[in-house]
Amino acid sequence: MNFETTIGLEVHVELKTNSKIFSPSPVKYGAEANANTNVIDWGYPGTLPTVNKQVIANGITAALALHADIQKHPHFDRKNYFYPDNPKGYQVTENDTPAAINGWIEVKSGDGKKKIGIEEMHVEEDAGKNTHGKNYSYVDLNRQGTPLIEIVSKPEMSSPQEAYDYLEGLRERIQFTGVSDVKMEEGSMRVDCNISLRPIGSDQLGQKIELKNLNSFNYVRKALAYEEERQAQVLMSGGTIGAETRRFDELTGKTYLMRVKEGKDDYRYFPEPDLPSLDISDDWINELREALPEMPASRRKRYVNDLGLTEYDAMVLTQTKEMSDFFNKLVELGSDPKMASNYLQGDVNAYLNDNQVVLEDTKITPEALATMIKMIMDKTISTKMAKKVFKAITEGKDPKKFVKEKGLVQLSDPAKLQPIIDEVLENNQQSIEDFHNGKDRAVGFLIGQIMKQTHGKANPQIVNQLLMKSLNN
Amino acid sequence: MTEKVNEEKTQHIAGLAKLSIDKEDLPKFTEQLNDMLEMLDEIDTVDTDGVEPTYTVTDRINVMREDVADNWGQRDALLHNAPEAVDGLIRVPTIIDESEDK
Amino acid sequence: MNYFDNDLESVHQQLVNGDITSEELTKQTIDKINSEADDIQAYLSMNDQAIEKAKAIDAAGIDPDNIFSGMPIAIKDNIVTKNMKTTAASKMLENFTSVYDATVVEKLEKAGAVIVGKTNLDEFAMGSSTEKSAFKTTRNPWNLDTVPGGSSGGSAATVSAGEVPVSLGSDTGGSIRQPASFTGVVGLKPTYGRVSRWGLIAFGSSFDQIGPLTNNVKDNAHMLNAIAGHDEHDATSSKKEVPDFTEHIDAGVKGLRIALPKEYLGEGVDPEIKTAIKQAAETYQKLGATVDEVSLPNSKYGVMAYYVLASSEASSNLERFDGVRYGYRADGVKNLEDLYVKTRSTGFGNEVKRRIMLGTFSLSAGSFDRYFKQAAKIRTIILNDFQKVFKDHDLIMGPTTPTTAFKVGTESTDPTEMYTNDTLTIPVNLAGLPGMSLPAGFSKGLPIGMQLIGRPFDESTIYQAGYAFEQNTDFHKEKPQLGGK
Ligand SMILES: [Mg+2]
Ligand SMILES: [Zn+2]
Repeated sequence: MNFETTIGLEVHVELKTNSKIFSPSPVKYGAEANANTNVIDWGYPGTLPTVNKQVIANGITAALALHADIQKHPHFDRKNYFYPDNPKGYQVTENDTPAAINGWIEVKSGDGKKKIGIEEMHVEEDAGKNTHGKNYSYVDLNRQGTPLIEIVSKPEMSSPQEAYDYLEGLRERIQFTGVSDVKMEEGSMRVDCNISLRPIGSDQLGQKIELKNLNSFNYVRKALAYEEERQAQVLMSGGTIGAETRRFDELTGKTYLMRVKEGKDDYRYFPEPDLPSLDISDDWINELREALPEMPASRRKRYVNDLGLTEYDAMVLTQTKEMSDFFNKLVELGSDPKMASNYLQGDVNAYLNDNQVVLEDTKITPEALATMIKMIMDKTISTKMAKKVFKAITEGKDPKKFVKEKGLVQLSDPAKLQPIIDEVLENNQQSIEDFHNGKDRAVGFLIGQIMKQTHGKANPQIVNQLLMKSLNN
Repeated sequence: MTEKVNEEKTQHIAGLAKLSIDKEDLPKFTEQLNDMLEMLDEIDTVDTDGVEPTYTVTDRINVMREDVADNWGQRDALLHNAPEAVDGLIRVPTIIDESEDK
Repeated sequence: MNYFDNDLESVHQQLVNGDITSEELTKQTIDKINSEADDIQAYLSMNDQAIEKAKAIDAAGIDPDNIFSGMPIAIKDNIVTKNMKTTAASKMLENFTSVYDATVVEKLEKAGAVIVGKTNLDEFAMGSSTEKSAFKTTRNPWNLDTVPGGSSGGSAATVSAGEVPVSLGSDTGGSIRQPASFTGVVGLKPTYGRVSRWGLIAFGSSFDQIGPLTNNVKDNAHMLNAIAGHDEHDATSSKKEVPDFTEHIDAGVKGLRIALPKEYLGEGVDPEIKTAIKQAAETYQKLGATVDEVSLPNSKYGVMAYYVLASSEASSNLERFDGVRYGYRADGVKNLEDLYVKTRSTGFGNEVKRRIMLGTFSLSAGSFDRYFKQAAKIRTIILNDFQKVFKDHDLIMGPTTPTTAFKVGTESTDPTEMYTNDTLTIPVNLAGLPGMSLPAGFSKGLPIGMQLIGRPFDESTIYQAGYAFEQNTDFHKEKPQLGGK
């Protein structure tokens, strides 16, 4: 029997805001335990939530990036369950009327492309964090109330690789909206998977298994691949798949049973009475739509078609929004796209790697780099001198001033170069003879002498032209 | 039509609410729940066709706060109030089931 | 003499004049409370800093522009205070002190009021007799064998006994108005959103309002002045302008169009209460108002809708009492599940558990549409009934309760009967309207309460009509002779 695989993903993304979704406590990663908590975060009797406007705005922005329909009248609901990291005994989320429905993103699928549907996207609060000791568990409520969006895909992925590609596409789009860092390692992106198998041709989905707490896209792919195999074996040997939640062990590469699901969970959802409903205006949506940054796929297309970059270059430049924005700015400031791309992928990336920093934490500005590139383009400086200029830029220096102060301006004026060439030829008669006897090395020697005379400032191309002319006369 | 709740259902509801009902109290609780449901018996005879539900009577809409962080400095007082706190963390007996949904 | 036989304005004047200091007044208040404590049992805790606070206010000087400057008041013990315990009359919070003050407490403290203590209530405000307190049974000053009503029974009893001039209660389904009616005081449930709920321990979040209990209508208006207004901590609190509720309180009722719903004088209402309300209607007519019989045909479904919705909200609101972060935690637990179940099973009383069970059931899978959603639709039709009446009427009048105060220990355990006590007050909460109970007669030595219901945010008209009634009747002047003493 042959099976086909159906995968659906639920992705939680932490939004980047100053304060929590329902309390003014700061949102900060890595603070001292419970440092960023107040009576609201602790679910104190008598406390009430107030909604952070930025969270709603970020939700709309994310939804727009996922081509989803924004719901005009979303309201929050309570999802009731007991857990130590859930201080009110309920999570405030959007169940009945999510922030957005019916989205999609396009992902690569084999050599082609495929649209993966998004069922819905809702805004909700994150829970605190439990850690476990021998006889006790411990609760830190710093994360409680951190704003989240949960993106629920349609069950439209048919392989672990496609799930991986979907996650990449999602991460990329969300990252480009700027609403989240989408970092798996810091927990600002978390993935739960649903996977089921059915005999090819069957029109009914098989029993799905839930995989929870996966820590990287790679683990998602591995866990799904393992599950695909495991479920196929169970089915082939005449077994059945039961409703269960499983966990992936990174060391063994296998999944293990966490919990058998008996019946459906009963969360007793109902509308949150402490929060008046929202009325999302078209004006607000349009405002956010206009502010929505260009998405990576569109940028790549433009880089290739309009700016003449290679697919590869376009890919590298759109790894992060910061890099791509920087590149856009360089081009906007008049830099040659190819040269700008080369500098970003070369010197800039090397600098970032050597110093383990991200672009926005450096002193490199698009203005400075564009100025440098312009000086190379109009031959004011040589690419060799540019190395020194680039170093100065990383130190926050003004490239024009630096070039002037250090006297790095390139000598390209034939009227000034010709006398120097004449003098060098005068003093190196042997080399002229060698040249006429077909010894090519002589040219290199002569150029070296000219560069020496000009302290390296002579424009090598002009020197070459003038020299050849003189020698052939 | 009365929806009679049996003892099993009563236990299930109590379980959702994290209440325990002793074996000997179960019949009494089940009866009380049934009495209350009897009071609600007529509820589905009320004609509400085409009526929208009212979940709140507030006159407010679109109440949103600016995204300004403000630490109220209540950490120590909150930890002091906790039944058990260790190293700035709230302590509870071991969690057995670690699979709660979020 | 008892200072609080006078109205707030004259007590305030005496404080301003220096006829008495806040310290003396506070001492007398506390002494009176202590001497009557055995009889009334209105308080769960006393504020041991009250005298100090009064002294400080004396030292700073009574603020002549602030009627609560140096004035002793009492607060229901489901309103959180930073410097005193807040128990909600539950074992769950027996030793709980909140880390913050409720907005109403902050406002009153700022106005210079001296909180003398926290008053008794039915556990988590669930009940109509204050007998469901985990700690004590409060008595009705008019007859110590009867209940003061509930859940704000302590707040009502202490004002009725003349121990304090004003107190705060909370009202989810009648919990201010019913005890006001039983103890012969004036109690107002403001429009939903008029007073901030920040710091009120939630019962039914879409119903709860804090409101004043006082000796007379004008005092009540003063208290509402002090606590009303928008609060950024409560997203449901209204931004509507807050008028000075005392300003036009003496405007009279000439031309006022009052509605008297026939359902409010229907079956189950004590004949003497019916008579009192009919007489009140005549009084209003004599004063130049019109009184028309109207119908609120869907009011009878109010109790059903209320018990489903309020219990559902309560079941969720009370989930936070789990023994993890504050309050009571059961001993000798084996694991987390055990902690939850033991803490909640031994921390909550039976009435609270019953409502949690009903609410949990109403929201559970398979019940939501039939119970919760249907109840919310009934809420809509009840709201529509009121809107219809208010199209051509300015006010609705009727009794507050179908009976006067019942005997201690006789509150029915039959839920149907128990819950129908609140039939006349509940629809007001469902619709979020302002409603006030004021004394309108006596039956066998026990007070009868009249309820006035206004348009949303029109507490002013309620106060005007209440004041006019008070000026032309003497019911509010009668004071209980404590225990016949
Ligand atoms: Mg989910
Ligand atoms: Zn979620």
